[in-house]
Amino acid sequence: MDGGDLKKVAYYPGCALEGTGHAYNRSTKEVGKKLGLDLVELKDWNCCGAMEVKNIDPKIQTYLSARNLTIAEEMGFDKVMAPCNGCYHNLKKAEYDLAHDEKSVEVNARLSQKAGHKTYEAGKVETIHALDWIKKAVGEEELARRVQNSLNGLKVANYYGCMYTRPRHIFPEKDKGPGSESTSKPHFMDDLLAAAGAQNVEFPLKTACCGGAHSLSDSDTSTKLVLNILETAEACGAEVIATECPTCHTGLEMHQVRAEKVLGRKTNVKILYFTQLLGMALGLSAKKVGVQENLSDPRDLLRQKGLG
Amino acid sequence: MTTTEAPFAELLDRVDARLTDAPLTATARALADLQLAEAEDVLEAWLESKGRTPTGDTVEGFRLLALHRQGAKGDPSFNACRETCREIVYLRNVVTEYDGDMPEARHSLRLQSMVVKHLALFVGGKMVEAGLGDFCCSSRPIRHSDAAAAGPTIQGD
Repeated sequence: MDGGDLKKVAYYPGCALEGTGHAYNRSTKEVGKKLGLDLVELKDWNCCGAMEVKNIDPKIQTYLSARNLTIAEEMGFDKVMAPCNGCYHNLKKAEYDLAHDEKSVEVNARLSQKAGHKTYEAGKVETIHALDWIKKAVGEEELARRVQNSLNGLKVANYYGCMYTRPRHIFPEKDKGPGSESTSKPHFMDDLLAAAGAQNVEFPLKTACCGGAHSLSDSDTSTKLVLNILETAEACGAEVIATECPTCHTGLEMHQVRAEKVLGRKTNVKILYFTQLLGMALGLSAKKVGVQENLSDPRDLLRQKGLG
Repeated sequence: MTTTEAPFAELLDRVDARLTDAPLTATARALADLQLAEAEDVLEAWLESKGRTPTGDTVEGFRLLALHRQGAKGDPSFNACRETCREIVYLRNVVTEYDGDMPEARHSLRLQSMVVKHLALFVGGKMVEAGLGDFCCSSRPIRHSDAAAAGPTIQGD
């Protein structure tokens, strides 16, 4: 992945960023603008198939994700950036399935024909995450140079969730040695936030499950899983948990409230999208990056750190 | 919600009791090994609930990692706890590097307790869900009963 060709990429926000993850959408766009990067939203994009379609028929999920890749290709892009871990995972999985599984290729061709659009062919478009985008298009050195308002030693636990690196085989660009992302110890978010002045803490649950998939069917387990993540982050000395997935972010915020209500266990760690933290470090106001939309109100802490 | 309703309730109570600031009841090293063994118990319970015999083998010198690999066979979503298991081993190794009851050892021991707790909650949640169907994101489709027999198109790792 060459940094030069990432200055202008196709943008697939996905459904969550239009709803509960609105602040992530807003802060991602603002950070891009501030860094001189260009995001061109896919025209008439559709849901990636998320968990719901995948659990009913994974081939239809592959088709739904592939249709978005077709749109990117038709708009002249060979890279599409998806900031949501679920969308990123599904688009990557579609790329993999269409390169390795004949049945997926056949179903995708049939449904594309029926829908009356071009059939996506494997290898035409590469899906990248918002972390890849900023890390490769800008990099830590340039980012540090552009920081106007350092995060000033803010203690951050970076939480990547379980979808960003899993399953390993759909991420062929990861685990390629220096400069590449690691599936066992992801570090791109750590690298970017450190460049912005944060002090990352050692956090042993950075890829652990937040129970997002259980949120409706077994919310008590989700609450306990999230509470354990929050308490572990606090035990590691974190003031903030940085997130890069709207599902994880919402889960952490909602179950932080629920843990206090149902279990009587209050935690004080604040939850912010990494793009919100980067945006403030780049000189954007807290309002501009949507901090007022967060449930775990971090404004007092941000003011203390000179970031409010 | 009471803790006694959940799988691994006793283990979780024990871990919670250890998360207080009470004096250590054993050497840090012995407790780190105990917590590693508790994590193995969790994965044994998962395998047994699936009608499988837990392996006695090791991976990279640790049975926990072998049990995880065995538990994830045919169930890619179980890989969501792969790094959790590796962290338990890593923290055990960190604790054993310190000699005696030092603050660094205590800190790592505490984190190891929390990671073991996460493993128990995650696996317990999956065991409860198993009766309803597997809803985790990378799971095989719940309505394709033949998918398990045919094996997933893509093997997760």
